[in-house]
Amino acid sequence: MLQSLRNRLILIGVLVFMAAYGLWPRTRIVRRTLPDGTVTDSAKKELNIKLGLDLQGGMHLALEIDESGGPVADLSDALDRAETVIRSRIDEFGVAEPLIQRVGTDRIIVELPGIDDPERARDIVQRSAFLEFRITDMQGVFLDALPRVDQALEKIGVKPRGQAAVGPSAIEELLGGADSADTAPDSTPSAAGDAGTGADSATTAPGGAAVFSSLLNQQGGINGEFMVLAEDYQFADSLIRLPEFQRAMPRGIDLIWGADTLSVGGRPYRPLYAVDKQPIVTGVDLTDAQAQIDPTFNQAVVNFQLNRAGGRRFGRETARHVGDYMAIVLDGKVQGRPPVIRSQIRRRGQIELGSSNITDAQDLALVLRAGALPAPIHIVEERTVGPSLGADSIRQGINAGVVAILLVVVIMAVYYRLAGLFAIGALLFYVLFSLGGLGMLEATLTLPGIAGFILSIGLAVDANVLIFERIREELALGKSPRIAVDEGFSHAMPAIVDANVTTIITAMFLFFFGTGPVKGFAVTLIIGIVASLLTAVFVTRTLFLVWLQRRAATAELSI
Amino acid sequence: MIRFFESANYDILRRRRLAYGIAIGFIVPGLILLAIRPLNLSIDFTGGTMIVVKTHDPAIRTGDIRSALVDHGVAGAEIKTFGQDNEFVIRARLEPGNETEGQSTDQTRRAVIDALDTAFGSSAYEVVLTSAVGPKVGGELRQKAIEALLMGFGVIFLYLWFRYEWRFGLAAVLATVHDIFSTLAFLSYLHLEISVFVVASLLLIVGYSLNDTIVTFDRVRENLRRFKRVKLYEILNRSINETLPRTILTSGTTLGASLALVLLGGEVLSAPLLVVTWGIVTGTFSSIFIASPILLTVERRWPGEDVRGAKDIGSGSSATVVKASSA
Repeated sequence: MLQSLRNRLILIGVLVFMAAYGLWPRTRIVRRTLPDGTVTDSAKKELNIKLGLDLQGGMHLALEIDESGGPVADLSDALDRAETVIRSRIDEFGVAEPLIQRVGTDRIIVELPGIDDPERARDIVQRSAFLEFRITDMQGVFLDALPRVDQALEKIGVKPRGQAAVGPSAIEELLGGADSADTAPDSTPSAAGDAGTGADSATTAPGGAAVFSSLLNQQGGINGEFMVLAEDYQFADSLIRLPEFQRAMPRGIDLIWGADTLSVGGRPYRPLYAVDKQPIVTGVDLTDAQAQIDPTFNQAVVNFQLNRAGGRRFGRETARHVGDYMAIVLDGKVQGRPPVIRSQIRRRGQIELGSSNITDAQDLALVLRAGALPAPIHIVEERTVGPSLGADSIRQGINAGVVAILLVVVIMAVYYRLAGLFAIGALLFYVLFSLGGLGMLEATLTLPGIAGFILSIGLAVDANVLIFERIREELALGKSPRIAVDEGFSHAMPAIVDANVTTIITAMFLFFFGTGPVKGFAVTLIIGIVASLLTAVFVTRTLFLVWLQRRAATAELSI
Repeated sequence: MIRFFESANYDILRRRRLAYGIAIGFIVPGLILLAIRPLNLSIDFTGGTMIVVKTHDPAIRTGDIRSALVDHGVAGAEIKTFGQDNEFVIRARLEPGNETEGQSTDQTRRAVIDALDTAFGSSAYEVVLTSAVGPKVGGELRQKAIEALLMGFGVIFLYLWFRYEWRFGLAAVLATVHDIFSTLAFLSYLHLEISVFVVASLLLIVGYSLNDTIVTFDRVRENLRRFKRVKLYEILNRSINETLPRTILTSGTTLGASLALVLLGGEVLSAPLLVVTWGIVTGTFSSIFIASPILLTVERRWPGEDVRGAKDIGSGSSATVVKASSA
């Protein structure tokens, strides 16, 4: 008996520890990209419960390919393209944890928690993709203009990143106050030594601080390609956006960021490309792009095809640019590293990827096709919850929950006295276990979820009521408390199991058929039932055992 | 020691005709009403646009919003206050004759926003909630809801079938069918809006109501084994009475929790939780007054082995009734 009691207590201890661990506040870094391109990081320490869109506010969109202009031949491919486009714009949403997901055969779901500007999100999603081929800056026009750019920045008082003033003062360097007056709108701290990485940059403005050029690390491989340390990306980007910077730029040249971060020598770099302002051809002229493995060299390639007009222009341009690099730009981001033009290309071209990795080729083909997406995307379902409503819902949910718990506590304490106190104790474990379960399973708490949770408080005591009524009956038959408790528990079990099985069946159905919030409701209901069985049966029993152990066999049980 | 219904011995079965009468009296007019006025389906199922706005100007009333919308070509929208006096829910469904110019829900949404901007200015209000559901999605949700309900009921009935011998199963199923219809009637009387949450609540109600019936029936089975020589009529009465404290207590706590949510839980979920509240009431009623009387009728018609000891299933003599029911 003692052995089993000790095991019970140990098990309860373990469960409490697990639940507390599942629920323990974690520090989450929330990174937001504002419309002007600045990034703010904020660390929030909060309970480990993921809130649904309906509680934290946000936007849920279901998108489909618009087939009103005629059916789309390959719907699945069109969706792949649309998804690629939306993913490539993921930064623009300006939210911390966007979710983009294919659902079923014809739909894409986009979830944007805590969005401030739903109108903008709608536009971003529905805007048609824009693909361009642009020749990189082969003549080094941008390189020649770099000193002018640096001077322009110096003139308006932009200080190099990691330096307190224009022209580093020795004293400040000695004091190590490097980051004190960072003008960058970027809140990410950076090591003071970063400015030094510009040592190998191509040009340094004579006597000046080389604000911008010091950020560029030329890799030499491709003309017009520059590598910027990933941590300098936001700063460099904010400089590029300055009107003074744009005025100092040479005519006919644009600076465009690469879409992906590359790792060079173990450090993450974001490539920046100086490219011709005029694209040689755009996605409008592209008719198809497919990934293939070239059997002769066992190399992944992308074959693409242009329409007649595009082919004519492409032929003319590529003839002029043999040996030059051609950047593939989708929605203003260079995709992959620019390939070199080997020969004149007319309507059919091939891009060699230099590896046998078919996935890379497929991704690139998708990018090309995405830019040629003829059918627009339209919104078939939209749900937006303002942040204030979400906060209200949480507050109201907590109020209702507190009232429900108080009600149950009063009823149980008055009706069952000591045993009622055991049930209340079990109820506290129930609240802890079910919330901990929610945290541990990383389930999302939704508004109906809160309701399900509160409703299951009512149900949680049901098992206790069944057991206590049994114990009362056994006591009425003249049995000793110890035996009555034993038999009360064992006789009530079949009814408890039966009753919970039906609720679990319904909850499972809600889970498989429901969407979003209803699923959340089902999950909390299931967690609630499991937790209630665990606490009402196991924990209450243990409390009885602890009580009985300290009493004589004849002691009266207050129930 | 407090005890509800201590050694209660109500002759509940004798009142079964009254119980059936109450049930029919509630359900039938509700269903007739349903034929005249169809269910109030939310835009989840019909497709359409729902926008909740909160105005900063207390002078703006429902009528002002309506005329703003009509001026802007959005006709037939339904406008109601939403919880508070300065919160309004605007619904434009995609029903025939209730369409705005341009069929797309996004256009409807934009038209409503434009109308409000024009009439009151964009700083006079904020959008609290938007739901725009296209007709295709609405149709899918409708089908999914029907599937979920039918399959949910089906699986529960199957479970009962295996768990109990068929007579018990049938009685439990009929009691559950009563709950479904009674909730339907409830929805029809109050013309509550049927959203996906209400459908989820319907499934929950079925689970809950069975819960109650199962507890009673488990006791019936147990008593049948214990008292081989007692008439089924009395065994049923005895079982209901023995489980009465539990039924009332559990219903009480659950009802308390769901009422707390209706009253304090906010506007979004008040309709679904009102349905849950009703479900608890009707589920409790049916497990006491409907399930067991039906079981008695079924066993009389097709006597089963379980009640072999209770060959004489006839009406209970008043001699066995200690306390007459007045409830």
